[in-house]
Amino acid sequence: MRRIMVFALFAVAGLVPLLRYQPEAATTGTSAVATAPQQAPAAGSTQVDGSTVDTEFGPYQVRVTFSGSEITDVQIITEPGDRRSQRIASRAAPTLREEALQAQSANIDSVSGATITSEAYAQSLQAALDAKGK
Amino acid sequence: MRLVEHIMGLPVSLEIPSPEPAKLAFGWLREVDHRFSPFRPDSEVCLGTSSPEMTEILALCEEYERRSGGAFRARLPGRPFDPCAVVKGWAVERAARLLRDEGVREFCLNAGGDIVAAGRTWSIGVRHPELADQVCAVFDLRDQAIATSGSYERGEHIIDGRTGRPARGLLSLSVVADDLTTADAVSTAAFAMGEEGIKWAAAQPGCLVFAVDAHRRVRKSGALARMSR
Repeated sequence: MRRIMVFALFAVAGLVPLLRYQPEAATTGTSAVATAPQQAPAAGSTQVDGSTVDTEFGPYQVRVTFSGSEITDVQIITEPGDRRSQRIASRAAPTLREEALQAQSANIDSVSGATITSEAYAQSLQAALDAKGK
Repeated sequence: MRLVEHIMGLPVSLEIPSPEPAKLAFGWLREVDHRFSPFRPDSEVCLGTSSPEMTEILALCEEYERRSGGAFRARLPGRPFDPCAVVKGWAVERAARLLRDEGVREFCLNAGGDIVAAGRTWSIGVRHPELADQVCAVFDLRDQAIATSGSYERGEHIIDGRTGRPARGLLSLSVVADDLTTADAVSTAAFAMGEEGIKWAAAQPGCLVFAVDAHRRVRKSGALARMSR
């Protein structure tokens, strides 16, 4: 069992580049050694922290949750501060869909958009507003 | 009342209390089309005439080439001089000035998606970059202008002057400013810069930014959130 976990952590260490916000650079060190298993978070699950992996951006460390020998979750528990803030910033930025859903209900007078041609205008929202306003 | 005319190949919509002063504004835009279109061989742009207006346009082009670090360029290698990116905003801002000079206080002038909103609060939607009949933001503007750049209407026509290749980092970028000359020039230059253009535009004096990046994430200036509906 323990050998399986160590093997799995090596595999997870290989995932560290994928977990990073910007994937283009390679890691400078990829060794990872399992520390002692943590207390079980749920019946039948085990959490194991990998050792810290130094990358050119700074240290990364992952926590892996196993159910038996199956990996059910991987979390980053250590990462460089600027990467963390970037990751949070990108998650905090609303998506286009969220913004659009909020914006739909409002009554509007006019529409700003990339320069529209006279041909495309006929089918545009602006044309509908203009027709209504006449 | 709402008036619509097609000038410079663009729909120009004007919400205005009475039609009389509108003639001046539409007349000026038609004059601009004749004098400054790069598509008319007898235009001042093609002939290289040095009128006061042409001098103003050239100065604007130079200013934004400098401010954008060359991302915006009116002279691209292998192409004729094309000041369109600044002429439209400049011309529509001047049309708005003509209306104000005539004593028109409340009006909303929209030339192909670039808007001057004057005299009262106007609710302006920003077109959704992927869904033509939807908006993805609504801002309440008063005595302000908004210009939007994107490649969803006319294809990849905005070139990053630093690489000579089409700008691809953003789906849409809008700039709110006190005047349309600034809003239009800053939005075009920022779009050409790609993702870094969001920060650049936000740093331009008096400019607020709303952008949708290629990952469909929305970024906007903090002050715009307070103007959102």
